[in-house]
Amino acid sequence: MSRTPLSIAEVEAACDALDALPDAELATNAAARAVELLAMGEDVVAAWIAARGAEPTNAEVEGFRLLALHRQGAKGVPSFNACRETCRELVYHHNLVAGDPVAPESAQRLRMATMITRHLALFIGGKLVVEGLGDFCCSSRPIRQADVAAPEAMEN
Amino acid sequence: MEKDLKKVAYYPGCALEGTGYAYNKSTKAVAKELGLGLVELKNWNCCGAMEVKNIDPKIQTYLSARNLSIAEDMGFDTVMAPCNGCYHNLKKAEYDLTHDDKSVEVNTRLSNKAGHKTYEAGKVETIHALDWLKRAVGDEEISRRVKKSLKGIKVANYYGCMYTRPRHIFPEKDQGPGSESSSNPHFMDDILAAAGAENVSFPLKTACCGGAHTLSDSDTSTKLVLNILTAAEAAGADVIATECPTCHTGLEMHQVRAEKEFGKKTNVKILQFTQLLGLALGLSSRKVGAHENFSDARDFIKEKGLG
Repeated sequence: MSRTPLSIAEVEAACDALDALPDAELATNAAARAVELLAMGEDVVAAWIAARGAEPTNAEVEGFRLLALHRQGAKGVPSFNACRETCRELVYHHNLVAGDPVAPESAQRLRMATMITRHLALFIGGKLVVEGLGDFCCSSRPIRQADVAAPEAMEN
Repeated sequence: MEKDLKKVAYYPGCALEGTGYAYNKSTKAVAKELGLGLVELKNWNCCGAMEVKNIDPKIQTYLSARNLSIAEDMGFDTVMAPCNGCYHNLKKAEYDLTHDDKSVEVNTRLSNKAGHKTYEAGKVETIHALDWLKRAVGDEEISRRVKKSLKGIKVANYYGCMYTRPRHIFPEKDQGPGSESSSNPHFMDDILAAAGAENVSFPLKTACCGGAHTLSDSDTSTKLVLNILTAAEAAGADVIATECPTCHTGLEMHQVRAEKEFGKKTNVKILQFTQLLGLALGLSSRKVGAHENFSDARDFIKEKGLG
């Protein structure tokens, strides 16, 4: 069954709604919720890629589209790597729940997955609102891009 | 063979003289208590921080390289930088000077112009306060030196984003057992566990705190921090331990702003890992600068019998 991708704002709202649920309700149909959270993570990263004029990939890395999307999104924008582990944590928490959906820890795992997804939405949403935001951070851009200005001006 | 790190050059960086004052104070107090020596670089300069390198990365490389040159001049082969930004920049300069001829050329030209020795890659190793305590002291010795165990205190260790990224400027990480992991850092977890703390599983330990967004988009920063604080609480943490002055200040300030602007109150305490370690080593709350933090954790410290 096809699923309509959510906007970043919708993902944020969905995460807030999930986070507001009591544990018992959150853990109801845990496996499906884990799948939906992973899909929301994909929506967020795909939105970033689309906003930069590229077609979000449907490929998978290590069996997950989210990781392939992250790799695609980070190309040429190394500061995007600041969400590398966030993506991986989301996959990890998805797997924890998918592996044993009725485990007593399911609600806690889903709550964490919700917060991870929300972080992804906030981080990428922030970068979309203000172009270049975060480019100060990981700072590896100059390491990977050779055409940066030389400081001759400082020598005059 | 591991070199002797009992006495190293110390590069506090600008933040530790301002908002990170308590981190500076607690780092020095812990060093003294553990019999370690920190010799501050003479006439050090800004590492290039976040701003310089985005405008002209080669100037940032030079600025950081000058600090490494000072360390070498002072006779040290190791410099310890407790700030993630400084640590990252010094490591990046080392990488640039190893891999990029243009960076070497610019560094040489500017060093000559400034009239000091040109730093050459490979002469000085940059380490973080976490590396330093792990390598110079080690978990077992820390455990042995604990006077007031952190037992019963649940800690979410927050490393921020610059301690491990980009991975290739940290060649010593991900080298198997005993080395730090860039995807799941654990040195702070290890040190505080050695001091008796119970570390909680914290999936946002390397997530962005919104540091670079603080001025341009405060609401994004506040929401990012609020999410980190909320996740720490949901993970069962009493306190978030930090190892970066910028992250620390961001967490403290946006905890207040989240309540003021969004009506979202969180109660998790925020302390530098050196403050928690210092308390465990028997130092007073004042000696580790708990009263200098923006977010007041003194009642918590007293309640836990640590102050």
